[in-house]
Amino acid sequence: MSDSNERLTMPKPLAKQGAELDDRLHAAKGVRTLLRKVFPDHWTFLLGEIALYSFIILILTGIFLTLFFNPSMTQVVYHGSYTKLDGVRMSQAYESTLNISFDVRGGLLMRQIHHWAADVFLAAIVCHLLRIFFTGAYRKPRDTNWLIGVAMFTLGILEGFLGYSMPDDLLSGTGVRIAEGTLLGIPVVGTYLSFFLFGGQFPGTEFVARFYIIHVLLIPGLLLALVSAHLFLMVHQKHTQMPGKGHTEANVVGQPMYPYFMVKTGAFFFFVFGALALLATFAQINPIWQVGPYTPTAISAGSQPDFYMGFLEGSLRMFPSWTWDIGGHTVSWDVFVPALVVPGIIFTGLGLWPMLERWATGDRGYHHVNDRPRNAPTRTAFGMAGVTIYGVLWLEGANDIIADHLQIPLYLTTEIARWAVFVGPVIVFWATRRICLGLQRRDASMLTHGVETGIIVQQPNGGFVELERPLNEEEIALISAKPPAPLSIARAVDENGVPEPALRGVRGKIQARVHEVFAEGISLAPPANGHGNGHGNGHAVTEGDGERAAVGGGPAGPAEVGEGQAGEEGE
Amino acid sequence: MRWITARRRRPFFGYAAVLLALVAVGMLYAAVTGLGGSTASAGSGSSSAQITEGKNLFAVSCATCHGEYAQGSSVAPSLIGAGAAAVDFQVGTGRMPLKETNAEAPRKTPVFNQQQIYAIAAYVASLGGGPAIPSDQQVSAAGADTALGQSLFNANCAQCHNYSGAGDALTYGKYAPPLTQATNRQIYEAMLTGPEAMPVFNDTTLTPVDKRDIIAYVTQTRAEANPGGFSLGRVGPTTEGLVAWLGGIGALVLAAMWITAKRREDHTGEITGNR
Repeated sequence: MSDSNERLTMPKPLAKQGAELDDRLHAAKGVRTLLRKVFPDHWTFLLGEIALYSFIILILTGIFLTLFFNPSMTQVVYHGSYTKLDGVRMSQAYESTLNISFDVRGGLLMRQIHHWAADVFLAAIVCHLLRIFFTGAYRKPRDTNWLIGVAMFTLGILEGFLGYSMPDDLLSGTGVRIAEGTLLGIPVVGTYLSFFLFGGQFPGTEFVARFYIIHVLLIPGLLLALVSAHLFLMVHQKHTQMPGKGHTEANVVGQPMYPYFMVKTGAFFFFVFGALALLATFAQINPIWQVGPYTPTAISAGSQPDFYMGFLEGSLRMFPSWTWDIGGHTVSWDVFVPALVVPGIIFTGLGLWPMLERWATGDRGYHHVNDRPRNAPTRTAFGMAGVTIYGVLWLEGANDIIADHLQIPLYLTTEIARWAVFVGPVIVFWATRRICLGLQRRDASMLTHGVETGIIVQQPNGGFVELERPLNEEEIALISAKPPAPLSIARAVDENGVPEPALRGVRGKIQARVHEVFAEGISLAPPANGHGNGHGNGHAVTEGDGERAAVGGGPAGPAEVGEGQAGEEGE
Repeated sequence: MRWITARRRRPFFGYAAVLLALVAVGMLYAAVTGLGGSTASAGSGSSSAQITEGKNLFAVSCATCHGEYAQGSSVAPSLIGAGAAAVDFQVGTGRMPLKETNAEAPRKTPVFNQQQIYAIAAYVASLGGGPAIPSDQQVSAAGADTALGQSLFNANCAQCHNYSGAGDALTYGKYAPPLTQATNRQIYEAMLTGPEAMPVFNDTTLTPVDKRDIIAYVTQTRAEANPGGFSLGRVGPTTEGLVAWLGGIGALVLAAMWITAKRREDHTGEITGNR
């Protein structure tokens, strides 16, 4: 397993140069550690890299675009090479974007790569975040890095919004107008905030220049710093790993940075670049020349934001028009709630989730081996319910396009969305939990009975039986890696039937009940334990599971568990 | 002639003679009225014969809903004063005669030929004025100002028909249709008469010159190529998001699976580090 431990031999001239360099920098030790960093080999671990590489491409193409973009709202009359608009009044921002598209060599390609990279960047962040969530990879000690990730996600959305607002075309201007309305919707200070941002009444003559400097300097700077912190923490805390043979809480199994992972990730960078270049070559994105310059008096049907703002658009579209008039002051709940409170809840909930889950499970231990989603049914169910809410908001954001193309009455789509956003998550929560528990039962049955082979044999007495093959070691390791119920459940009542102090009283009882819900599942012990719970009665949480209940609970848990196996697996 | 003589007693001969006569009359009629030639002049000048023909066609295909004297009914509006332009648009785009009552009458293949449409139009116009069918010069995009057309289109049309004329949904099952098939004259007539949910843009709201500018903008926009690749339907970021997820992330996830799937069965190269 660890044959790559042999010394790497360097060509002599290179070794000499390296030694000279190391005499000055004393970097060999650190570089060696880095080159030996272990990367677990699982495809979901590359989702974050799609985001990282898109970000790099965004910076590169963005630098190119800054050379030609003119962030000015000074009005000019267009006389450029796109003759259809010859004589149209527009801002210099829009004019220079037209020039990038039609006159700058490679400009349109760069613009399109930049825009596709932005879409893929945020889509990759969403995928990466879902992977981290559903495998429980955010758990202590990585909850700090989870927070950094949520911050980057939020900043990424804001960065994207500022970016597509800058060309000052009709579509983006509509988006900025909505942003202004949202600011105005904030009670008491809204008007002041809006005047502060736009330098007076909307649209004014300022916002493109202001968005520009935030878009090209402030947020990219913050993102760069946060990406560095994210990666530093990832290296420092080491990767999580999916459950598998020889994967323990005390080790990390995978391929070394040099040479294997370097080659793979290098190739993957070019995959990302290639995919974006292909998209930009063959799929037209944000054709601002068709949309026309922004004027506050016009609006286009099908005005949608880019996909990552879609859930906000949907939230606004489906919310009923509730306004209060308090002493001559309007309180626009119909803007304030859907545009600020809803995303506030979504992102605050996302950020606080690791803490909420600690409370709900009582599990304060370190975790380096990820969960299979089925093995944490309640978390997976919460995640899917969240995905459902987001998905409904997102679809509602494009409800006119959906209504037009599927020939559904427009208001019906809104009515459906209003129900679905409340009913959908409940159904999905329940269904997901049942599916997860069902999959656990199947796992339990596979552990005791093996895998159905699909080969039917006729017996001498005429009966038919299907042959079953026992699981191999890797499959057993994967399936039986389900963590046992957290320690606090076992501790909830002592031998005299007295509950733990923390779980007394109303709050304590609620917490104890939540613990039970989160811990529901089937014990998946390796088959050495005999027939055991294999038939899955569904509620065998703590009883008869004492030895495994001791694992993974307290902070001291992982160290104890890992020691025995780490000795065998280590280098 | 012997060929005919030999067959003139056969049963089919009568039918053939009638067919021949019909074709001859049709051709003669076409030659007199100028079918397919300068259409606009045929539409404007209406003879009493044409009105009679239109009246007959109307009685067969329109009167069921619009009433015997085009006075309207509970299911269809009165056409008195609707004008020839409205008839030319509604029947010329196949919307009328209506196949079924829905929120919106869809565009379909016209039931009548242009000559019959002119006849019905002449009949409806004879009932009480209304906007006439515009001439070819009136609807010509030649020499029109597309820049002004762009501003006018975004100010007056885009909120329903989309910035590119791709169309979009309206309330209660109605929709603004895509402007991909409408002819210059139909665009002009639509503005003039306001079919379905569309408001009327009369000649004081949008002057005839404005209308031509809009026509020029619409026709030039739909004809122009997409310099950035496939258009994705020209409906804005919705389809772009779909492509980013399916074509972008979807393809890259497959690449990630492929890259990580390439490993040796015996775990060669795998190492284990301590926490």
